[in-house]
Amino acid sequence: MSDPVRLIEIKEEIHADNERVAQTLRANLQKTKTFVLNVMSSPGAGKTTTLLKTIETLGDRFRFGVLEADIESSVDAERIAARGIPAVQLRTGGFCHLDAAMVTKGLEAMDLDALDIVMVENIGNLVCPAEFDTGAIRNLTILSVPEGDDKPLKYPLMFTVSDVLLVNKIDYLPFSDFDLEALRRRVLALNPQIQIFEISSKTGQGFDKWAVWLSREADTFISAPDTSRPMIGKFTSVSRC
Amino acid sequence: MHELQITERILDIVLKHTAGHEISRIVRIHLRIGALSDLEDEWIQHYFNYLSKGTVAENAELAIKRVGAQVRCRPCESAFEVTREELKNPQCPDCGERDWELISGREYVIENMEVL
Repeated sequence: MSDPVRLIEIKEEIHADNERVAQTLRANLQKTKTFVLNVMSSPGAGKTTTLLKTIETLGDRFRFGVLEADIESSVDAERIAARGIPAVQLRTGGFCHLDAAMVTKGLEAMDLDALDIVMVENIGNLVCPAEFDTGAIRNLTILSVPEGDDKPLKYPLMFTVSDVLLVNKIDYLPFSDFDLEALRRRVLALNPQIQIFEISSKTGQGFDKWAVWLSREADTFISAPDTSRPMIGKFTSVSRC
Repeated sequence: MHELQITERILDIVLKHTAGHEISRIVRIHLRIGALSDLEDEWIQHYFNYLSKGTVAENAELAIKRVGAQVRCRPCESAFEVTREELKNPQCPDCGERDWELISGREYVIENMEVL
């Protein structure tokens, strides 16, 4: 007679550790009054150029820092640092996304008391970064016109977890069959609360409205009293995996 | 893409839970995964077979149950469950509105394991 099979209860959330680290980081950011924006997109959507243009637009109002994540190189951090902006490079060594521990480690190398806004450039990838809470205060996705208006259908999670979407490279629109209205419809169906701005990081078009949104979010966060209470982030409300 | 990392976590957690039990081998591990996860069941099992070699979890089957996402209608506040496909444009069954927010959908829970 064979041994009977027994059942052992586990009931453990695989990402519980990351969730705890993310909540701790958000609580710390409330103390240092540093607004951290997690920037996600495909490779080549224009993350670094958009960050630089954003800093150029708002650099006299906020003290910016940039945390760059790359699988292999440090070319993006060098581009940022060349402009005199505090930049830290995280080399993820093959990891397809950032998690809260990696972001915490990267931020430890920065003087957060001297920074108002830190933009975290996640790995260029529309799939994996959407699954991991980085501990950021807000999540931004950049989608560029050459990628096509069907991306929300293919990568729904990315658009679901984001607070704001920048549609970049709108200077390409005349040469493209990209349908902005269809994109808006698809994105809003996935996430009715998301803010959408159309921009060109090359020409600067649309940066006024995007800058207003970012300033308001950062001001609200920075001026909020430090309750030392963990913020409920977009990711955490989704019972993180 | 990050199935390998997730699978390592699964193995670590189940091995941790073998402590204090007399176990010759783990037969099956029951997982509950939210509708929003992009992870491929087949690859998780594939990586698990590779990683678990030489442990009591070797040859264990991963029984993966997908559960729907929970959303809350913003106008009437009623909560309802949707599949991944329905999440592309959910409509409230009570008031018919399409203004909603996610409550859950990305759980990744190890429920229990069957052991010998």
